[in-house]
Amino acid sequence: MIELKQISKKFGRLQVLKNISTRFEKGECIALLGPNGCGKTTMIKSILGMVIPDKGDILFNKVAIKKDWQYRSRIGYMPQIGRYPENMTIANLISMMKDIRKQEGIEPDEELVHAFGLDKMMNKKMRTLSGGTTQKVSAALAFMFQPDVLILDEPTAGLDPVSSLTLKEKIIKEKEKGKLILITSHILSELDDLVSKVVYMNEGNFLFEKPLQILREETGEEKLSRAIAKVMNQQKLSRARIAENQLT
Amino acid sequence: MKKILKYVIADIVQNKIVVIYTAILLIISFSVFNLENNAAKGIASLLNLVLLIVPLICIIFSTIYIYNSAEFIELLVSQPLKRKTLWLSLFGGLSISLSIAFLIGVGLPVLLYHGDSTGFMLIISGLFLTISFVSIAMLAAGLTRDKAKGIGFAIALWLFFALIFDALVLFLLFQFQDYPLENAMVVMSFFNPIDLSRIHILLEMDIRALMGYTGAVFQEFFGSTNGIIFSFAGLFLWIIVPLMFSLKTFKKKDL
Repeated sequence: MIELKQISKKFGRLQVLKNISTRFEKGECIALLGPNGCGKTTMIKSILGMVIPDKGDILFNKVAIKKDWQYRSRIGYMPQIGRYPENMTIANLISMMKDIRKQEGIEPDEELVHAFGLDKMMNKKMRTLSGGTTQKVSAALAFMFQPDVLILDEPTAGLDPVSSLTLKEKIIKEKEKGKLILITSHILSELDDLVSKVVYMNEGNFLFEKPLQILREETGEEKLSRAIAKVMNQQKLSRARIAENQLT
Repeated sequence: MKKILKYVIADIVQNKIVVIYTAILLIISFSVFNLENNAAKGIASLLNLVLLIVPLICIIFSTIYIYNSAEFIELLVSQPLKRKTLWLSLFGGLSISLSIAFLIGVGLPVLLYHGDSTGFMLIISGLFLTISFVSIAMLAAGLTRDKAKGIGFAIALWLFFALIFDALVLFLLFQFQDYPLENAMVVMSFFNPIDLSRIHILLEMDIRALMGYTGAVFQEFFGSTNGIIFSFAGLFLWIIVPLMFSLKTFKKKDL
Protein backbone atom coordinates (compact mmCIF):
# COMPACT_ATOMS: atom_id res chain seq x y z
CA MET A 1 0.00 0.00 0.00
CA ILE A 2 2.79 2.41 0.93
CA GLU A 3 6.19 1.84 -0.60
CA LEU A 4 9.37 3.76 0.15
CA LYS A 5 12.13 3.54 -2.41
CA GLN A 6 15.59 4.61 -1.33
CA ILE A 7 14.54 7.69 0.59
CA SER A 8 17.29 10.04 1.74
CA LYS A 9 16.90 13.31 3.56
CA LYS A 10 19.39 15.81 4.91
CA PHE A 11 18.64 18.70 7.25
CA GLY A 12 21.60 20.95 6.70
CA ARG A 13 24.61 18.73 7.36
CA LEU A 14 22.66 16.16 9.34
CA GLN A 15 21.70 13.08 7.37
CA VAL A 16 18.34 12.14 8.90
CA LEU A 17 17.26 9.34 6.56
CA LYS A 18 19.81 7.14 4.83
CA ASN A 19 18.57 5.33 1.78
CA ILE A 20 15.51 3.73 3.32
CA SER A 21 13.38 1.25 1.39
CA THR A 22 10.40 -0.64 2.69
CA ARG A 23 6.78 -1.60 2.11
CA PHE A 24 3.76 -1.34 4.35
CA GLU A 25 0.73 -3.41 3.40
CA LYS A 26 -2.94 -3.21 4.22
CA GLY A 27 -3.99 -4.88 7.47
CA GLU A 28 -0.58 -4.48 9.06
CA CYS A 29 -0.02 -2.69 12.32
CA ILE A 30 3.53 -1.47 12.41
CA ALA A 31 5.48 -0.26 15.39
CA LEU A 32 8.13 2.22 14.43
CA LEU A 33 10.73 2.18 17.19
CA GLY A 34 14.07 3.76 17.84
CA PRO A 35 15.88 6.27 20.03
CA ASN A 36 15.06 9.99 19.94
CA GLY A 37 16.18 11.71 16.79
CA CYS A 38 16.59 8.55 14.74
CA GLY A 39 14.36 9.80 11.92
CA LYS A 40 10.97 8.29 12.77
CA THR A 41 9.02 11.53 12.58
CA THR A 42 10.91 12.63 9.47
CA MET A 43 9.95 9.38 7.76
CA ILE A 44 6.31 9.84 8.75
CA LYS A 45 6.33 13.42 7.56
CA SER A 46 7.82 12.35 4.24
CA ILE A 47 4.95 9.92 3.74
CA LEU A 48 2.54 12.79 4.43
CA GLY A 49 4.34 15.12 2.05
CA MET A 50 5.21 17.56 4.82
CA VAL A 51 8.91 16.90 4.38
CA ILE A 52 10.22 16.53 0.87
CA PRO A 53 12.94 13.86 0.54
CA ASP A 54 16.15 14.77 -1.29
CA LYS A 55 16.25 11.45 -3.09
CA GLY A 56 13.95 8.52 -3.72
CA ASP A 57 10.27 7.95 -4.30
CA ILE A 58 7.30 7.23 -2.11
CA LEU A 59 4.43 5.32 -3.68
CA PHE A 60 0.91 5.25 -2.30
CA ASN A 61 -1.11 2.50 -3.95
CA LYS A 62 1.59 2.39 -6.64
CA VAL A 63 1.27 6.08 -7.47
CA ALA A 64 4.16 8.42 -6.70
CA ILE A 65 3.10 11.05 -4.17
CA LYS A 66 5.32 13.78 -5.57
CA LYS A 67 2.73 15.21 -7.91
CA ASP A 68 -0.30 13.76 -6.18
CA TRP A 69 -2.09 15.26 -3.22
CA GLN A 70 -5.42 13.48 -3.14
CA TYR A 71 -3.89 10.40 -1.53
CA ARG A 72 -3.82 12.36 1.73
CA SER A 73 -7.61 12.07 1.94
CA ARG A 74 -6.99 8.40 2.77
CA ILE A 75 -4.60 9.07 5.62
CA GLY A 76 -5.44 10.07 9.16
CA TYR A 77 -2.49 11.67 10.90
CA MET A 78 -2.01 12.33 14.57
CA PRO A 79 1.09 14.47 15.10
CA GLN A 80 3.43 14.15 18.05
CA ILE A 81 2.80 17.75 19.07
CA GLY A 82 -0.42 19.00 17.55
CA ARG A 83 -0.21 22.67 16.67
CA TYR A 84 -3.48 24.34 15.80
CA PRO A 85 -4.62 27.88 14.95
CA GLU A 86 -4.84 29.45 18.39
CA ASN A 87 -7.94 31.54 17.90
CA MET A 88 -10.12 28.70 16.68
CA THR A 89 -12.45 26.89 19.03
CA ILE A 90 -12.64 23.11 18.95
CA ALA A 91 -15.96 23.42 17.14
CA ASN A 92 -14.43 25.78 14.52
CA LEU A 93 -11.54 23.43 13.96
CA ILE A 94 -13.70 20.33 13.57
CA SER A 95 -16.12 22.05 11.21
CA MET A 96 -13.22 23.37 9.12
CA MET A 97 -11.70 19.92 8.84
CA LYS A 98 -15.07 18.49 7.89
CA ASP A 99 -15.41 21.20 5.27
CA ILE A 100 -12.02 20.33 3.78
CA ARG A 101 -12.13 16.56 4.02
CA LYS A 102 -15.80 15.70 3.57
CA GLN A 103 -16.29 12.98 0.97
CA GLU A 104 -19.37 11.52 -0.61
CA GLY A 105 -20.79 8.57 1.29
CA ILE A 106 -18.47 8.81 4.29
CA GLU A 107 -20.07 9.73 7.59
CA PRO A 108 -17.66 11.51 9.95
CA ASP A 109 -16.77 9.19 12.80
CA GLU A 110 -17.23 11.16 16.00
CA GLU A 111 -16.84 8.29 18.40
CA LEU A 112 -13.65 9.70 19.95
CA VAL A 113 -15.11 13.20 20.25
CA HIS A 114 -17.74 11.77 22.56
CA ALA A 115 -15.48 9.22 24.24
CA PHE A 116 -13.01 11.95 25.20
CA GLY A 117 -15.77 14.32 26.30
CA LEU A 118 -14.67 16.93 23.78
CA ASP A 119 -18.30 17.66 22.92
CA LYS A 120 -18.65 19.34 26.32
CA MET A 121 -15.89 21.86 25.65
CA MET A 122 -16.57 22.70 22.02
CA ASN A 123 -16.40 26.45 22.62
CA LYS A 124 -12.96 26.47 24.18
CA LYS A 125 -10.22 28.05 22.12
CA MET A 126 -7.29 25.89 21.07
CA ARG A 127 -4.89 28.25 22.85
CA THR A 128 -6.49 27.54 26.22
CA LEU A 129 -6.34 23.74 25.97
CA SER A 130 -3.92 21.63 27.98
CA GLY A 131 -1.39 19.42 26.21
CA GLY A 132 -3.46 16.31 26.88
CA THR A 133 -6.67 17.84 25.58
CA THR A 134 -4.87 18.99 22.44
CA GLN A 135 -3.72 15.38 21.98
CA LYS A 136 -7.35 14.26 22.29
CA VAL A 137 -8.37 16.71 19.58
CA SER A 138 -5.57 15.41 17.35
CA ALA A 139 -6.70 11.84 17.91
CA ALA A 140 -10.35 12.63 17.25
CA LEU A 141 -9.41 14.36 13.98
CA ALA A 142 -7.15 11.53 12.83
CA PHE A 143 -9.94 8.96 13.15
CA MET A 144 -12.79 11.19 11.98
CA PHE A 145 -12.74 10.63 8.24
CA GLN A 146 -12.47 6.86 8.17
CA PRO A 147 -9.06 6.76 6.51
CA ASP A 148 -7.48 3.56 5.15
CA VAL A 149 -4.17 4.45 6.75
CA LEU A 150 -3.63 5.74 10.27
CA ILE A 151 -0.35 7.35 11.16
CA LEU A 152 -0.01 7.91 14.88
CA ASP A 153 3.10 9.65 16.17
CA GLU A 154 3.40 9.04 19.92
CA PRO A 155 -0.38 8.79 20.29
CA THR A 156 -0.52 8.24 24.04
CA ALA A 157 2.13 10.73 25.14
CA GLY A 158 0.45 13.17 27.50
CA LEU A 159 -2.85 11.30 27.75
CA ASP A 160 -4.21 10.17 31.10
CA PRO A 161 -4.51 6.38 31.63
CA VAL A 162 -8.25 6.29 30.97
CA SER A 163 -8.04 8.23 27.71
CA SER A 164 -5.01 6.27 26.71
CA LEU A 165 -7.01 3.07 27.10
CA THR A 166 -9.94 4.53 25.12
CA LEU A 167 -7.55 5.40 22.30
CA LYS A 168 -5.95 1.96 22.38
CA GLU A 169 -9.33 0.28 22.10
CA LYS A 170 -10.17 2.50 19.16
CA ILE A 171 -6.91 1.56 17.45
CA ILE A 172 -7.65 -2.15 17.89
CA LYS A 173 -11.12 -1.64 16.49
CA GLU A 174 -9.74 0.06 13.38
CA LYS A 175 -7.05 -2.58 13.00
CA GLU A 176 -9.72 -5.24 12.87
CA LYS A 177 -11.32 -3.40 9.96
CA GLY A 178 -8.15 -4.17 8.01
CA LYS A 179 -6.55 -0.77 8.01
CA LEU A 180 -2.88 -0.05 7.82
CA ILE A 181 -1.70 1.44 11.11
CA LEU A 182 1.70 3.00 11.74
CA ILE A 183 2.55 3.78 15.36
CA THR A 184 5.60 5.26 16.97
CA SER A 185 5.85 5.02 20.72
CA HIS A 186 8.38 4.73 23.47
CA ILE A 187 6.01 2.94 25.78
CA LEU A 188 6.60 -0.56 24.47
CA SER A 189 4.28 -2.30 26.90
CA GLU A 190 1.38 -0.55 25.20
CA LEU A 191 2.23 -1.99 21.82
CA ASP A 192 2.26 -5.65 22.88
CA ASP A 193 -1.26 -6.54 21.86
CA LEU A 194 -1.50 -4.10 18.94
CA VAL A 195 1.45 -4.63 16.71
CA SER A 196 2.01 -7.16 13.95
CA LYS A 197 5.39 -5.94 12.74
CA VAL A 198 8.31 -4.11 14.30
CA VAL A 199 10.60 -1.69 12.53
CA TYR A 200 13.60 -0.51 14.50
CA MET A 201 15.40 2.59 13.30
CA ASN A 202 18.72 4.04 14.35
CA GLU A 203 20.49 7.08 12.95
CA GLY A 204 18.42 7.12 9.81
CA ASN A 205 18.74 3.43 9.00
CA PHE A 206 16.48 0.44 9.51
CA LEU A 207 18.27 -1.80 11.98
CA PHE A 208 15.74 -4.57 11.55
CA GLU A 209 12.24 -5.08 10.27
CA LYS A 210 10.47 -8.21 11.47
CA PRO A 211 7.00 -9.55 12.16
CA LEU A 212 6.39 -9.60 15.89
CA GLN A 213 5.81 -13.35 15.90
CA ILE A 214 9.24 -14.07 14.43
CA LEU A 215 10.87 -11.61 16.78
CA ARG A 216 9.29 -13.41 19.72
CA GLU A 217 10.43 -16.82 18.47
CA GLU A 218 13.97 -15.64 17.81
CA THR A 219 14.44 -14.05 21.18
CA GLY A 220 12.26 -16.41 23.17
CA GLU A 221 10.70 -13.43 24.91
CA GLU A 222 6.97 -12.83 25.08
CA LYS A 223 7.14 -9.12 25.93
CA LEU A 224 8.05 -6.70 23.17
CA SER A 225 10.19 -4.56 25.46
CA ARG A 226 12.31 -7.55 26.49
CA ALA A 227 12.59 -8.84 22.95
CA ILE A 228 13.85 -5.47 21.72
CA ALA A 229 16.31 -5.23 24.61
CA LYS A 230 17.65 -8.67 23.79
CA VAL A 231 18.12 -7.90 20.11
CA MET A 232 19.92 -4.68 20.98
CA ASN A 233 22.24 -6.49 23.37
CA GLN A 234 22.99 -9.21 20.83
CA GLN A 235 23.90 -6.59 18.29
CA LYS A 236 26.14 -4.80 20.75
CA LEU A 237 27.85 -8.13 21.52
CA SER A 238 28.36 -9.02 17.90
CA ARG A 239 29.73 -5.56 17.20
CA ALA A 240 32.10 -5.89 20.14
CA ARG A 241 33.19 -9.28 18.85
CA ILE A 242 33.92 -7.90 15.41
CA ALA A 243 35.96 -5.14 16.98
CA GLU A 244 37.85 -7.68 19.06
CA ASN A 245 38.60 -9.81 16.03
CA GLN A 246 39.94 -6.82 14.22
CA LEU A 247 42.26 -6.06 17.12
CA THR A 248 43.70 -9.57 17.39
CA MET B 1 -9.40 27.18 -2.97
CA LYS B 2 -12.58 29.01 -2.02
CA LYS B 3 -12.93 27.06 1.22
CA ILE B 4 -9.46 27.93 2.47
CA LEU B 5 -9.82 31.53 1.31
CA LYS B 6 -12.98 31.80 3.41
CA TYR B 7 -11.15 30.69 6.56
CA VAL B 8 -8.19 32.99 5.91
CA ILE B 9 -10.42 36.04 5.43
CA ALA B 10 -12.53 35.19 8.49
CA ASP B 11 -9.32 34.92 10.51
CA ILE B 12 -7.94 38.24 9.26
CA VAL B 13 -11.17 40.07 9.99
CA GLN B 14 -11.25 38.61 13.52
CA ASN B 15 -7.72 39.89 13.95
CA LYS B 16 -9.03 43.50 14.16
CA ILE B 17 -5.73 44.99 12.93
CA VAL B 18 -7.19 45.34 9.45
CA VAL B 19 -10.28 47.03 10.89
CA ILE B 20 -8.09 49.50 12.80
CA TYR B 21 -6.03 50.08 9.63
CA THR B 22 -9.21 50.89 7.71
CA ALA B 23 -10.40 53.28 10.38
CA ILE B 24 -7.06 55.11 10.51
CA LEU B 25 -6.92 55.47 6.73
CA LEU B 26 -10.48 56.77 6.76
CA ILE B 27 -9.78 59.33 9.50
CA ILE B 28 -6.61 60.58 7.78
CA SER B 29 -8.29 60.83 4.37
CA PHE B 30 -11.31 62.77 5.64
CA SER B 31 -9.22 65.12 7.75
CA VAL B 32 -6.85 65.82 4.84
CA PHE B 33 -9.76 66.75 2.59
CA ASN B 34 -11.40 68.86 5.27
CA LEU B 35 -8.23 70.76 6.19
CA GLU B 36 -7.57 71.89 2.62
CA ASN B 37 -10.28 73.84 0.88
CA ASN B 38 -8.77 72.79 -2.42
CA ALA B 39 -9.42 69.11 -3.04
CA ALA B 40 -6.49 68.87 -5.48
CA LYS B 41 -4.13 69.78 -2.62
CA GLY B 42 -5.79 67.08 -0.57
CA ILE B 43 -4.99 64.55 -3.25
CA ALA B 44 -1.34 65.65 -3.23
CA SER B 45 -1.17 65.09 0.55
CA LEU B 46 -2.87 61.74 0.24
CA LEU B 47 -0.28 60.75 -2.33
CA ASN B 48 2.39 60.45 0.36
CA LEU B 49 0.06 58.37 2.49
CA VAL B 50 -0.59 56.01 -0.38
CA LEU B 51 3.03 55.77 -1.46
CA LEU B 52 4.67 55.33 1.94
CA ILE B 53 2.23 54.22 4.65
CA VAL B 54 0.17 51.77 2.61
CA PRO B 55 3.16 49.68 1.43
CA LEU B 56 4.66 49.75 4.94
CA ILE B 57 1.51 48.48 6.64
CA CYS B 58 0.86 45.91 3.91
CA ILE B 59 4.34 44.41 3.97
CA ILE B 60 4.63 44.27 7.78
CA PHE B 61 1.13 42.99 8.44
CA SER B 62 1.40 40.33 5.74
CA THR B 63 4.81 39.10 6.88
CA ILE B 64 3.68 38.81 10.50
CA TYR B 65 0.45 37.15 9.44
CA ILE B 66 2.28 34.48 7.45
CA TYR B 67 4.55 33.73 10.40
CA ASN B 68 1.60 33.57 12.77
CA SER B 69 -0.20 31.19 10.44
CA ALA B 70 2.56 28.60 10.88
CA GLU B 71 0.18 26.30 12.78
CA PHE B 72 -2.58 26.73 10.24
CA ILE B 73 -0.14 25.96 7.40
CA GLU B 74 1.29 22.97 9.22
CA LEU B 75 -2.17 21.57 9.88
CA LEU B 76 -3.38 21.96 6.32
CA VAL B 77 -0.26 20.69 4.57
CA SER B 78 -0.95 17.21 5.96
CA GLN B 79 -4.50 17.35 4.61
CA PRO B 80 -5.68 16.51 1.09
CA LEU B 81 -4.87 19.92 -0.34
CA LYS B 82 -2.36 21.18 -2.85
CA ARG B 83 0.37 23.33 -1.36
CA LYS B 84 -0.27 25.76 -4.19
CA THR B 85 -3.92 26.12 -3.18
CA LEU B 86 -2.94 26.81 0.41
CA TRP B 87 -0.31 29.42 -0.46
CA LEU B 88 -2.46 31.21 -3.01
CA SER B 89 -5.35 31.23 -0.55
CA LEU B 90 -3.16 32.98 2.01
CA PHE B 91 -2.10 35.48 -0.66
CA GLY B 92 -5.70 35.94 -1.81
CA GLY B 93 -7.00 36.40 1.72
CA LEU B 94 -4.39 39.03 2.56
CA SER B 95 -4.79 40.88 -0.76
CA ILE B 96 -8.56 40.91 -0.62
CA SER B 97 -8.83 42.11 2.96
CA LEU B 98 -6.11 44.76 2.63
CA SER B 99 -7.56 45.95 -0.69
CA ILE B 100 -11.01 46.30 0.85
CA ALA B 101 -9.46 48.23 3.74
CA PHE B 102 -7.76 50.55 1.24
CA LEU B 103 -10.91 50.98 -0.85
CA ILE B 104 -12.95 51.97 2.19
CA GLY B 105 -10.22 54.01 3.88
CA VAL B 106 -8.89 55.93 0.89
CA GLY B 107 -11.07 55.05 -2.09
CA LEU B 108 -14.32 56.20 -0.56
CA PRO B 109 -13.17 59.70 0.55
CA VAL B 110 -11.32 60.27 -2.74
CA LEU B 111 -14.39 59.42 -4.77
CA LEU B 112 -16.49 61.72 -2.57
CA TYR B 113 -14.17 64.74 -2.71
CA HIS B 114 -12.19 64.33 -5.90
CA GLY B 115 -13.83 61.72 -8.07
CA ASP B 116 -12.12 62.52 -11.37
CA SER B 117 -9.46 60.70 -13.38
CA THR B 118 -6.67 61.76 -10.97
CA GLY B 119 -8.55 60.37 -8.00
CA PHE B 120 -9.26 57.25 -9.92
CA MET B 121 -5.59 56.84 -10.81
CA LEU B 122 -4.67 57.24 -7.15
CA ILE B 123 -7.06 54.47 -6.15
CA ILE B 124 -5.91 52.07 -8.87
CA SER B 125 -2.23 52.67 -8.11
CA GLY B 126 -2.87 52.23 -4.38
CA LEU B 127 -4.58 48.90 -5.04
CA PHE B 128 -1.70 47.68 -7.17
CA LEU B 129 0.77 48.78 -4.49
CA THR B 130 -1.23 47.00 -1.78
CA ILE B 131 -1.25 43.72 -3.65
CA SER B 132 2.36 43.88 -4.83
CA PHE B 133 3.58 44.53 -1.28
CA VAL B 134 1.55 41.55 -0.03
CA SER B 135 3.32 39.55 -2.71
CA ILE B 136 6.75 40.87 -1.68
CA ALA B 137 5.91 40.08 1.96
CA MET B 138 5.09 36.47 1.05
CA LEU B 139 8.51 36.19 -0.53
CA ALA B 140 10.22 37.69 2.52
CA ALA B 141 8.32 35.37 4.87
CA GLY B 142 8.95 32.33 2.68
CA LEU B 143 12.71 32.81 2.56
CA THR B 144 13.51 32.38 6.23
CA ARG B 145 12.12 30.37 9.13
CA ASP B 146 13.20 32.92 11.71
CA LYS B 147 10.36 35.33 12.42
CA ALA B 148 12.59 38.21 13.57
CA LYS B 149 14.82 37.88 10.52
CA GLY B 150 11.83 37.70 8.18
CA ILE B 151 10.18 40.81 9.61
CA GLY B 152 13.52 42.63 9.56
CA PHE B 153 13.99 41.68 5.95
CA ALA B 154 10.48 42.93 5.10
CA ILE B 155 11.17 46.30 6.75
CA ALA B 156 14.51 46.55 4.93
CA LEU B 157 12.74 45.90 1.64
CA TRP B 158 10.23 48.67 2.37
CA LEU B 159 13.06 51.07 3.29
CA PHE B 160 14.81 50.19 0.06
CA PHE B 161 11.80 50.84 -2.15
CA ALA B 162 10.54 53.88 -0.26
CA LEU B 163 13.80 55.77 0.40
CA ILE B 164 17.07 54.12 -0.59
CA PHE B 165 16.11 53.45 -4.18
CA ASP B 166 15.44 57.15 -4.80
CA ALA B 167 18.72 58.09 -3.18
CA LEU B 168 20.52 55.67 -5.48
CA VAL B 169 18.78 57.10 -8.52
CA LEU B 170 19.69 60.66 -7.50
CA PHE B 171 23.29 59.58 -6.91
CA LEU B 172 23.47 58.04 -10.38
CA LEU B 173 21.92 61.15 -11.91
CA PHE B 174 24.56 63.39 -10.38
CA GLN B 175 27.42 61.08 -11.23
CA PHE B 176 26.40 60.82 -14.85
CA GLN B 177 24.85 64.24 -15.36
CA ASP B 178 26.88 64.81 -18.52
CA TYR B 179 25.12 61.96 -20.24
CA PRO B 180 21.55 61.76 -21.50
CA LEU B 181 19.87 59.61 -18.86
CA GLU B 182 16.20 60.18 -19.62
CA ASN B 183 15.54 56.82 -21.20
CA ALA B 184 17.58 55.03 -18.58
CA MET B 185 15.43 56.73 -15.95
CA VAL B 186 12.27 55.32 -17.48
CA VAL B 187 13.79 51.84 -17.31
CA MET B 188 15.01 52.39 -13.73
CA SER B 189 11.56 53.33 -12.55
CA PHE B 190 10.31 49.88 -13.48
CA PHE B 191 12.51 48.39 -10.77
CA ASN B 192 10.50 50.04 -8.03
CA PRO B 193 6.73 49.66 -7.69
CA ILE B 194 6.50 52.78 -5.53
CA ASP B 195 8.27 54.92 -8.15
CA LEU B 196 6.09 53.51 -10.86
CA SER B 197 2.94 54.47 -8.98
CA ARG B 198 4.30 57.89 -8.04
CA ILE B 199 5.07 58.81 -11.64
CA HIS B 200 1.65 57.61 -12.67
CA ILE B 201 -0.16 59.82 -10.25
CA LEU B 202 2.08 62.88 -10.69
CA LEU B 203 1.61 62.78 -14.44
CA GLU B 204 -2.12 62.45 -14.03
CA MET B 205 -2.12 65.40 -11.61
CA ASP B 206 -0.78 67.70 -14.29
CA ILE B 207 2.28 68.83 -12.37
CA ARG B 208 4.74 67.28 -14.78
CA ALA B 209 6.14 70.77 -15.39
CA LEU B 210 7.76 70.40 -11.99
CA MET B 211 9.66 67.40 -13.26
CA GLY B 212 11.65 69.27 -15.90
CA TYR B 213 13.01 67.69 -19.01
CA THR B 214 12.88 64.18 -17.55
CA GLY B 215 9.25 64.82 -16.84
CA ALA B 216 8.72 65.42 -20.51
CA VAL B 217 10.32 62.09 -21.35
CA PHE B 218 8.11 60.41 -18.77
CA GLN B 219 5.14 62.23 -20.18
CA GLU B 220 6.03 61.02 -23.64
CA PHE B 221 6.38 57.47 -22.39
CA PHE B 222 3.82 57.16 -19.61
CA GLY B 223 1.29 59.65 -20.88
CA SER B 224 0.54 57.92 -24.10
CA THR B 225 -1.79 54.97 -23.99
CA ASN B 226 1.09 52.58 -24.60
CA GLY B 227 2.96 54.07 -21.67
CA ILE B 228 0.01 53.48 -19.35
CA ILE B 229 -0.30 49.91 -20.51
CA PHE B 230 3.43 49.27 -20.05
CA SER B 231 3.60 50.77 -16.61
CA PHE B 232 0.56 48.84 -15.39
CA ALA B 233 2.14 45.73 -16.84
CA GLY B 234 5.20 46.65 -14.75
CA LEU B 235 3.10 46.90 -11.59
CA PHE B 236 1.40 43.65 -12.47
CA LEU B 237 4.79 41.94 -12.76
CA TRP B 238 5.59 43.26 -9.29
CA ILE B 239 2.63 41.18 -8.09
CA ILE B 240 3.25 38.03 -10.12
CA VAL B 241 7.03 37.62 -9.93
CA PRO B 242 7.53 37.73 -6.12
CA LEU B 243 4.46 35.53 -5.69
CA MET B 244 5.80 32.91 -8.12
CA PHE B 245 9.19 32.86 -6.39
CA SER B 246 7.58 32.51 -2.98
CA LEU B 247 5.34 29.70 -4.25
CA LYS B 248 8.38 27.89 -5.58
CA THR B 249 10.16 28.04 -2.22
CA PHE B 250 7.00 27.07 -0.33
CA LYS B 251 6.51 23.97 -2.48
CA LYS B 252 9.92 22.70 -1.42
CA LYS B 253 9.68 23.71 2.22
CA ASP B 254 9.90 21.12 5.01
CA LEU B 255 7.32 21.61 7.73
